[in-house]
Amino acid sequence: MLGKLTWAAIPFDQPIPLVSSIVMVCGILAILAFITFKGWWPYLWNEWIKSTDHKRIGVMYMILGLVMLVRGFADAIMMRGQLALAQGGNPGFLPPEHYDQIFSAHGTIMIFFVAMPFVIGLMNFAVPLQLGVRDVAFPVLNSVSFWLTASGVLLVNLSLFIGEFARTGWLAYPPLSELKFSPGVGVDYYLWSLQISGLGTLLAGINFTTTILKMRTTGMSYMRMPIFCWTALASNLLIVAAFPILTATFAMLLLDRYCGFHFFTADMGGNAMMYINLIWCWGHPEVYILILPCFGIFSEVISTFSSKPLFGYHSMVVATMAICILSFIVWLHHFFTMGAGADVNGFFGIATMIIAVPTGVKVFNWLFTMYGGSVRFTVPVYWTIGFMVTFVFGGLTGVLLAVPPADFVLHNSLFLIAHFHNVIIGGVVFGVLAGYTFWFPKAFGFTLDETLGKAIFWCWFIGFYLAFFPLYALGAMGATRRMQHYADPAWQPYMLVAFGGAVLIFIGIGLIAVQLIWSIRTRDRRRDVTGDPWDGRTLEWGTASPPPPWNYAVEPHVHGIDAFWAVKHKGKELHKVSESRYEAEHKPHYETIHMPKSSPVGFISAFFAVCLGFGLIWHIWWLVIFAIVACIGVLLWHAWNTDRDMNITATELEEFDRQHPGLGAQL
Amino acid sequence: MSCVSLTRTARRLLGICGSAWLAAGLSGCSYALMDPHGPIGRQEKLILIDSTVIMLAIVIPVIIATLVFAWWYRAGNAKAVRHLDWDYSGRIEFIVWAIPALVILFLGGIAWISSHDLDPPRPLQANTAPLDVDVVALDWKWLFIYPDAGVASVNKLVLPVGTPVRFHMTSAGVMNSFFIPQLGSQLYTMAGMDTRLNLLVDDPGTYRGLSAQFSGDGFSDMTFDVNAMPKADFEQWLDGTRTGGGTLDAASYEMLTHPSEREAPHTYGTVSPGIYDAIVAHPGLAPSAAQIEHFESAD
Repeated sequence: MLGKLTWAAIPFDQPIPLVSSIVMVCGILAILAFITFKGWWPYLWNEWIKSTDHKRIGVMYMILGLVMLVRGFADAIMMRGQLALAQGGNPGFLPPEHYDQIFSAHGTIMIFFVAMPFVIGLMNFAVPLQLGVRDVAFPVLNSVSFWLTASGVLLVNLSLFIGEFARTGWLAYPPLSELKFSPGVGVDYYLWSLQISGLGTLLAGINFTTTILKMRTTGMSYMRMPIFCWTALASNLLIVAAFPILTATFAMLLLDRYCGFHFFTADMGGNAMMYINLIWCWGHPEVYILILPCFGIFSEVISTFSSKPLFGYHSMVVATMAICILSFIVWLHHFFTMGAGADVNGFFGIATMIIAVPTGVKVFNWLFTMYGGSVRFTVPVYWTIGFMVTFVFGGLTGVLLAVPPADFVLHNSLFLIAHFHNVIIGGVVFGVLAGYTFWFPKAFGFTLDETLGKAIFWCWFIGFYLAFFPLYALGAMGATRRMQHYADPAWQPYMLVAFGGAVLIFIGIGLIAVQLIWSIRTRDRRRDVTGDPWDGRTLEWGTASPPPPWNYAVEPHVHGIDAFWAVKHKGKELHKVSESRYEAEHKPHYETIHMPKSSPVGFISAFFAVCLGFGLIWHIWWLVIFAIVACIGVLLWHAWNTDRDMNITATELEEFDRQHPGLGAQL
Repeated sequence: MSCVSLTRTARRLLGICGSAWLAAGLSGCSYALMDPHGPIGRQEKLILIDSTVIMLAIVIPVIIATLVFAWWYRAGNAKAVRHLDWDYSGRIEFIVWAIPALVILFLGGIAWISSHDLDPPRPLQANTAPLDVDVVALDWKWLFIYPDAGVASVNKLVLPVGTPVRFHMTSAGVMNSFFIPQLGSQLYTMAGMDTRLNLLVDDPGTYRGLSAQFSGDGFSDMTFDVNAMPKADFEQWLDGTRTGGGTLDAASYEMLTHPSEREAPHTYGTVSPGIYDAIVAHPGLAPSAAQIEHFESAD
């Protein structure tokens, strides 16, 4: 009846997962009880869970990312604590079978359930607004994408207290991840949660590629798109091209595990090296899926707060698309040590280094955007400058690792760990936090507290250097990754400093929550009534904060890059000449518009996806069949449901614009 | 591991500055990669330092320029001359593409040439004939077979100084990476594959060897000592091992394939010829006596 699931799956004998799962369950129950007590369910169901509004879905992605950041960080600080202790004969507090799950979960969660939701969330929120459109191409699909990601998150967290998680590292290399060496459900949790959330990501990629290619507002040619939309386009093209590889690779490993196939087994002609090639054919583009939109955020931030157009916009576009293409021909640098031969290693080494050229161009262009500008030191600018200073070190060590013989001694060492945290924290996390602070007033109508924002920045910035620069040194000492304990006493001081850095980052994460709560409580004195708190340049600053569900009552017309900036300044001049003439010339013409209705399809299908994943993980076959039938049923219901649109009348639009006077209506 | 000459200390410090600024004040002696004891490790150290220094020559000015530009053009600076519409300069665009391109051209050259010079299977030039060592990674221990001497050792690698060593490597199941930081290059050991690595040790001493690829619960203890000794001592060790008893054949190899942790080093005085080839040919399984014999006759 319950397949492999028995009481033995609950970790009654392991205090850490047991206590953390009890705390987590109690926390969730407390939140649910609170919502019930306040009677918020109808509001949540109608306005958020069923929402097909890209802005709300974006916000939900961000919330998901923030929650999982806490979970992923809890893993991180346990690892750093373990390594700060486990020198010589000291076993530390985490036995290998637990420690191995923690580092596997840390990597999986941070990439798939923190970085990806953050980046997709920001794209969801900002891209349609920047393009001047009312929603993404497929609004219901967007909701499905989000809820499938949430399903993956739920499955990963279930593994904490029902069964176990993978003990194979975040990419689950076979043959270690094959049934013979990993007979438990850990790898199955890993595979099914990523298959389900990966499907969501692929659908999001299709959605955004279509939106950017087909749905730009009048006059917005490709070369007039805000740079963030360009980077989002590159990122989503990579998603569409790379995620099917991941799905296919995992499908083969699943066939090995469930049906006795031998794609990647050690015996019977399996070839594990094929998996490693395939997973990195996805894995290397993946890091650019994450970093490219962040480059876009930094570009928007540096240009907005320097009050200058982005320097070398065309160069930036070319550099972005060059990185997009090059990212597909470098995957082998993740395993120079496989023994592929000098020509192959040399080719992939050089191809990898070539990516440093467009990336370097970007850094120089940001530099020259500041040159001659009027730089306002707001929190997003702190993140951007912190990024520029930090990321170049990551670039340096990245190019170093691209030299095959250098990689022969640095591969899999803590130097490598330091390198990719250098680019992921210094690039993606800094970028996401810059974007979060930048667009927060647009999403909620009030700004985040600046002082706390700067404190968060310093905690993360200094914390990062303390936590990861000792790891560069440890790598040079020959310390390898994923070790649970070590003998050399000379390593311990570095491990202690790294732990200190992790504590500082912990304070930084705590302050994010403090900043959010404090800013909400003091929102009345930080309201953004103009819709344009930063003196912005792109279209999204021309609508109200928060924008109405339809974003723009009248479709904006665009005549160049930085469209809103141009209108704003032309508008000011016209105002000077004659206010009445200006009003007359720019009286918007309101028309009734169609908007998609909210839909429960995303949430319901994701619910059945969780059932499907859980059934497959525990071999509960009746649940699997039930979930498949239910999913198909939901899709059929949706396909025949014709009640999908609603009208918003011209009067309603006009009324909203009257209440929110800004320049938006004149776009 | 002595910090003898001043120049060596200076180079070491340079290396530390390059790869780990924080540690510059501390002793460099524990930096395994900065204290190589063989030609491969030495060349790799040189590549690490050179590449780092070349890139720092770009990176440091960029960091300084970032901070200076941001500070000088701060909104409150009355002295700064603003050009708020300036967003293009062909000359600057040319330079910002050219600088990274030239650096990468140079480093790309280093990458291409060094990939060939330091390709793991490439034989090392030396006056003495090379020594063959077959390496099998098992859960969670290392088996080293000396096919010419007909002896084998678990979790201890004994090497003669000044003799090129030709490693042939495979795995009994899970993938590992064979790595002796102070000698240089690591290489994966994979079931069904026979990867080749050439190393040479210059100085007698004990060096740390490890698996650098996570392979399961016992991974952290999958380390071994490398005892490098003069040639005469090495021959003596081979003789002692040969008379020390123990046989590595199908049965005793099958025993080794059972997972174990922190297995104490031990040796086998005789080895069934062909056993390494049989392990490679039957990945993921312990080869039978007949299968080993097949390769013995093939030899």
